[in-house]
Amino acid sequence: MKQIHVKDIAETVERLCIQACTALGDDWWQAMENAVSLEESPLGKDLLGIIRENAGLAASTGEPICQDTGLAVVFLEIGQEVSITGGSLYDAINEGVRRGYINGYLRKSVVSDPLIRENTGDNTPAIIHTEIVPGSDLRITVAPKGAGSENSSGLKMLKPADGEEGVIRFVMEVVEAAGPNACPPIVVGVGVGGNLEKSALLAKRSLLRPLGERHPKPHIAKLEEELLKRINSTGIGPQGLGGRITALDVHVEVHPTHIASLPVAVNIQCHASRHAEAVL
Amino acid sequence: MKRIRTPLDDETIRTLKAGDQVALSGVLLTGRDAAHKRLVDTYKAGQELPVDLRGQVIYYVGPCPAKPGKVIGSAGPTTSSRMDPYTPLLVRELGLKGMIGKGYRSKQVVDVLKAQCAIYFLAVGGAGALLAQRIKQAEVIAYPDLGAEAIYRLEVEDFPLIVGIDSQGRNAYEEGQAKYRLAGA
Repeated sequence: MKQIHVKDIAETVERLCIQACTALGDDWWQAMENAVSLEESPLGKDLLGIIRENAGLAASTGEPICQDTGLAVVFLEIGQEVSITGGSLYDAINEGVRRGYINGYLRKSVVSDPLIRENTGDNTPAIIHTEIVPGSDLRITVAPKGAGSENSSGLKMLKPADGEEGVIRFVMEVVEAAGPNACPPIVVGVGVGGNLEKSALLAKRSLLRPLGERHPKPHIAKLEEELLKRINSTGIGPQGLGGRITALDVHVEVHPTHIASLPVAVNIQCHASRHAEAVL
Repeated sequence: MKRIRTPLDDETIRTLKAGDQVALSGVLLTGRDAAHKRLVDTYKAGQELPVDLRGQVIYYVGPCPAKPGKVIGSAGPTTSSRMDPYTPLLVRELGLKGMIGKGYRSKQVVDVLKAQCAIYFLAVGGAGALLAQRIKQAEVIAYPDLGAEAIYRLEVEDFPLIVGIDSQGRNAYEEGQAKYRLAGA
């Protein structure tokens, strides 16, 4: 049994919160380079340039890319041969978030009760998704998610007869309604199948996949291409001010579902596609 | 690129058209959902407001905390439509002349911009690190208990903006998107 102390987990989460909020991945830089070369609108090109300049500045100064440093969404993949020692795992995650958001000068955007709405002051609690997997590693992914794009997301329980065309129609509805509010160029995460909550989690998780990478199943990869083409035909463009590049990519994840169900969740990610991971 | 200064007068506002790129200097006030609600509640209760909005521009922003030695943390725009229910009163009754945010506005907001010669600017969403560099001074002047949602007084220099909705009600989103929408989309 591999032993991992909660102190190491808290330290890792602290570091990942700061890293995710200040530095974007190589896949993002590549996707933005492609976007600039494909964008036809002069203003759109300028806006993509500003977004890249901002990301470069954030990476070099350690200033957050965006002031909405989001809810801290934490994905845990815990190897079944790992033993967590020294205290509570979830307490350690929240301690890491607390320290990351305080020591990293990140914005605290969490209210303790959705109706009373008092700020918790340290951006806790995190939203934690835990999966038990084979092996002896603990993989931690921190994906801060801002509200502009999260509030533009949606979920619908379609009928099986709606089929692929119904899925496309609903994704387009969500993207059109999101418009500039979600800070395009966006990344569109789609979860199809499972049930209500499974589809939402699939959509969120799909946002962690590197930009430019297609689903391994050919018919899903084809659906991703079709959706990307349609989304980039809307004219919404960078910041919603018109142009060719509304989305940098579309990721679809699927799961077995009920004979009577076709759930579809669409999780919109703003251009600041922030996530950072570590393996202990 | 047009260079303008706050406070804004009608003459300046009328020269600005949807889609224009603008560099704005002077004073901005910040305000988000909670501050808007308090301002409107205070006005409706007949009490004195903590800020004078006449001729002013409100920036919809909840900045990150300033690092030591810095004026302010990352400070980009938040989604404006959440302020739509409060905006007509601020413009009509309190003399607010401009807003900075991102995203669509309601018909009621567009109507009040036209009726009162006011204007809606866009800042680049998610460019908070870059925008923070154009903020030269920042101090909380009202509602400090709201934290990032308090009302700040900001001094900005050549703050880069795009006219989103002008005083004639023209809309940069509609006009920009129409040019690039492909048939069948």
